[in-house]
This record gives sequence, structure tokens and C-alpha cells, in this order.
Amino acid sequence: MMGRWVLPALLVLAGPAWAEHPAECRVAAPLAVSSFPLPQVARALAAKKFAILVVGAGSSQLPGSNGVKNAYPARLQQVLADNLSGVEVKVTADVKSKRTAAEMVKALPADLTATKPALLIWQTGTTDAMLAVDPDQFSQALDRGINAAHSAGADVVLINAQYSPRTESMIALGTYAEDMRWVALQQEIPLFDRFAIMRLWSDLGTFDLYSATKKLDIAEQVHDCIGRLLADFVIAAAKPEEQPMNGSR
Amino acid sequence: MATVPTERDLRLDLFRGLALWLIFLDHIPSNAVSWITIRNYGFSDATEIFVFISGYTAAFVYGRAMRQFGFIVASARVLKRAWQIYVAHVFLLAIYLAEIAYVANSFDNPLYSEEMGVLDFLKNPDVTIFQALLLKFKPVNMDVLPLYILLLAWFPPMLWLLLRAPSIALISSASLYVLMWFFEWNLPAYPSGTWVFNPFAWQLLFVFGAWCALGGSQNLARWIHSRTVIGLAIAYLGFAFAIAMTWYFPHLAAFVPKFVGDAIYPIDKTNLDVLRIMHFLSLAIITVALVPRDWPALKSRIFWPAIVCGQHSLETFCLGVFLSFAGHFVFTEVSNRLLTHIIVSIVGITIMVGIAALISWYREAERRGGGPRPPAARPGFAGGDA
Repeated sequence: MMGRWVLPALLVLAGPAWAEHPAECRVAAPLAVSSFPLPQVARALAAKKFAILVVGAGSSQLPGSNGVKNAYPARLQQVLADNLSGVEVKVTADVKSKRTAAEMVKALPADLTATKPALLIWQTGTTDAMLAVDPDQFSQALDRGINAAHSAGADVVLINAQYSPRTESMIALGTYAEDMRWVALQQEIPLFDRFAIMRLWSDLGTFDLYSATKKLDIAEQVHDCIGRLLADFVIAAAKPEEQPMNGSR
Repeated sequence: MATVPTERDLRLDLFRGLALWLIFLDHIPSNAVSWITIRNYGFSDATEIFVFISGYTAAFVYGRAMRQFGFIVASARVLKRAWQIYVAHVFLLAIYLAEIAYVANSFDNPLYSEEMGVLDFLKNPDVTIFQALLLKFKPVNMDVLPLYILLLAWFPPMLWLLLRAPSIALISSASLYVLMWFFEWNLPAYPSGTWVFNPFAWQLLFVFGAWCALGGSQNLARWIHSRTVIGLAIAYLGFAFAIAMTWYFPHLAAFVPKFVGDAIYPIDKTNLDVLRIMHFLSLAIITVALVPRDWPALKSRIFWPAIVCGQHSLETFCLGVFLSFAGHFVFTEVSNRLLTHIIVSIVGITIMVGIAALISWYREAERRGGGPRPPAARPGFAGGDA
């Protein structure tokens, strides 16, 4: 939409830095910048043992026999393991479709005890918006989940909804997206703005998100890029003073 | 009894028309042109303008009817209007279901398996359609008309009170608003949650509009034209603008002191946050200061397109909702370039103006006796639609 003029500008911005990721992922890198540090992750990296818990709903998984392998939680594990030499990286995903934030919070204590993560990556919002859950209850569920993770000694990163142009006129994401942004700001935790990233890809024509295809190729590329950008995002937030592995600022 | 002014204030039609345009632009998802709309520059948006002016015109039209023909006749007219809006809402619902059903059958991208769950309600249309007829199931962007229906259904006793004791009516409306915040009242929605526009909250703006129409604005005139109030309004708009900028440039958020953020967020649209009311009032104060009632330009051709839309607000609003569906359809099926956004926005507004002008012409023809039916004796409608 902003069209073809922004793409060169962004590439100039990106410069040679994100050399290791495919260009499709790199164009959105400026949007994947954390605004808060992740001290527990920094500690885990120093201890060479980094456990991550991904809690999410349907947009954290892909269908098919290779779905688990190609969805962003597994891609995140792969990219982190490749780049953090000497660190034992373990990503555990608790992903089930059609779960609201409140439902995920219920499962959270058991997950946290079982995995003892340094980082909780929490994807939510879409199901709550589809069911028109009371926004206050949504915000409270977010707060409860974040507090539970903090008291279990884990940092938290929130991931918001996907940009889905076809269903935009049917799902009112607005309030829920704003609530997530606000809760993240108040709790001083980073928000990974998946919506803005995918929207940029759509606007630039990087990925055709309008496509009515049944094929998995675009979905897999999107998840791959999300996993890569998420890896950069987490590392940059954990080590703000160092140049992260792929150079994102 | 409070007096009802006799001449229609064209500023109301102008700003209601503009509000209808803005609502149309905002309702097309991802519309690049919607960056011009006021919701991006402060706390309130076109909905406040629409509800306030609707309250004002409802009091203007039905207040006169109630004084001339009594409570029963005026109430019957109000309820007839509410029924018309209900029918319009169901009509829009049918169009919405058609659009949804089309998307459900034609779109199946594995990336969006979660999002496609929003179409699940098509699997039990019996429940969904029934809940929709009860105004409990309201698709995205179809929340304004149910609010309007409820506000009108409840308006006759309020109007009765407004005509006899305007201050008590306004105080009771404000009390309802406060009680709503205190007890968290709202109506239930389907499949879960509550009404997006809480009628217990938004009634305040509607009643305030009605109160202004029935002489309240004359009482306020001394206040709203004072330099202090205008200065405060400008300062508040500036503050809201500065906060709004932090939504688009997140690094600016660092300049907002934490106590300010804690005090203002979340800015609740459902329950008509006080910050939103103050923002709307500030806009109204500045507008009244800049645009006098007898401003000659109001009768010029430049403002006619917006005024004619504002004079036929129900038709224009419904058309706007339909056109925003259609506009989104063009974005997904034809092209999503910036140029398309601009063309769709301009064409949409042009169609709204064209249809409103057509309705205007037809009403005029009917009134003169050129229509299919003899001219109806409807003195209460001389001021146009409520």
C-alpha cells in the first residue's frame, strides 16, 4: 500500500547488517526491535542453558505432517541453536488452537514448573477478539499470566495477532491489540509486533497474504521469518550492549 | 416547558454528514485514507459526533412533536423511527452474512486456520441469526445502529422529562453514567462479552445533545464563548494530540511520564471514557467558536455535499456500512494499492452524496405532490430526519 517506494528505503536502513537472513525477513527487521531488556534471558545465556516456553493458539502452528517442524517455535529453536554456539537451547511449545488468554493462563503454572524457562513467549489475542471476550478480562488475564511467569523467574515476550487481510472486516482486533500494547508497556515487557511485521510484508508485496492458496509454501516462509526475527529480537533484548548475532542494531 | 428552537441548525447537518464520511473511511479495514480521520489525532472519534448530533436532532424533531401532539403521538413517532433503524440493521446483517459466506467458501489459507474460526458461526445459523435479531450478535462495525435503536426506544420518557425539567433529566442521565462505571453495567453480547458501545454510557452524550437542543446550549453560551474555556479546550486538544502521536511513533512514548500513562490508559471506548467526552467537548467548543450558526458559507455549494448526507443520516450511514464492506472486498479481490484506497474512498463518498441528494429530491417531489402518494401531513418532519 505504501508501495514500492518504502522497500528501497528500508533496505538502505537495513544495510548489510542482516546478511544472514533471507531478504524477505530482513525488510521487516526495523519493526522487530525490543523496547525493554530481558535480564533472565541474559542470565540464562551466561549460564549457557536457555529454556524457552512458547504458549500460543492456532496462529503458532502449521497444519500438515511437517507442521511442527516448520512453525515458528521450532524455527526459533533452530536459529538460536545455530547462532548461540555453546548454549544449550530448548524451546517447548504449548500450542493449541482456539484458546483465549484466560484459558492459556490456566495451563501456565504446570507448563512453567515443567520447563523452568528463562523466557515465556506468549502469543495471544486472536481468539479473544473472535469470541469478543470482555476486554477488561482479557487485560486481567494478560497481567495474571505475566505475573505468574515473572514469579517463576521467567522474562515474558508478548506476540500479537497475525495480520490477516481477508478476515479483517470480520475480526475486531483493535481493542485487543491496544490492550496488549498497553499491558506490555505497563509491565515493561517487550511486545513482538507480529501484526505490524506481517502488514509490512503485505504492503510491500513480500508475501501475498491475500492469496487463497491451500498450499503451505507462503505459510512456511512467514513462520520461518517470524522465527528468525524473534530470535534476533530476543538476543538483542538480552544483550543490549553487544551487537547481536545478525547485527540488528 | 422548555422551548424548542424553530429553525434547523445547518451546522448539525454539516458535522453529522462529515462524521458519516469519517465513519465510512474508518470502517474500511486497512484503508490508507483513514489516516485523515480525527480518531488518529486525539481520544474521541466520529462516533461521539454522530451520537451527540443524533440526540440533538431527535430532541429538535420529536420535542416539537411532543409539544404539539402530546406524549403518545411523539412516542409513537420515536418508536417508529427505532423500528426503521432496526429493519435497516437487519438488512445490513443480510449483506454481511452474504460477504462472510463468500469468504468462507473461497478462502482457505493454512496460515490463517485460526482466523478462519471466525466463520464457525455459519455452522449454526439458527443460533447466530436469532442472536443477531435480538441485537446480541453484532458483527464488526455494526454496533452503532443497535446503540441508536436502544437510545431511541428509551428516548420518549427521557424527552418528556427533558421538556419539563431539563436539568433533572441531564443529572439523571449523568447519574446513570456514573452508576454504570461504579457497578460495571452493560448488556450481554453473543457469543461472549458485552456491547461494544455500552448504552448505559453512550446515553449520556445522546441526552446531552438533546439537552443542548432544548435550550441548554443557550445556557452554556456564556461559558463556551469565554476565552478561558476556549483556551482550556485548545490545551486539551494539544495534549490529546501529543498522546496520540506516541501511538504511531513508539519511541515518543518514552517522553510520557509514567503517572500520566497510568492515569489515562486504557482509554475506554466501550464505556465512553471521560477523556473521550472531554475531547469531544473540546472539539465542539472550538467548532462553535469558529463556525457561527449564521455563517453564510453554510448555505454555499462547498458544504452542500456533507450537509445533504447529514440530513439523511440513517440512509447515508447504512449505505456507508455497505460501501465499507464493498470497499474491503475491492481491496482483497481487485487491488490493494494506495491509488485504489484513494479511489475507493472518493467513489464511496460520492455515492453517499449522490444517494442522499436523490433522497432529498424525492422527498421534495413527494412534498410537492409529484410522488406516487399524496403529500403526507407530517409537520413534525419539517426539520428533516432525526
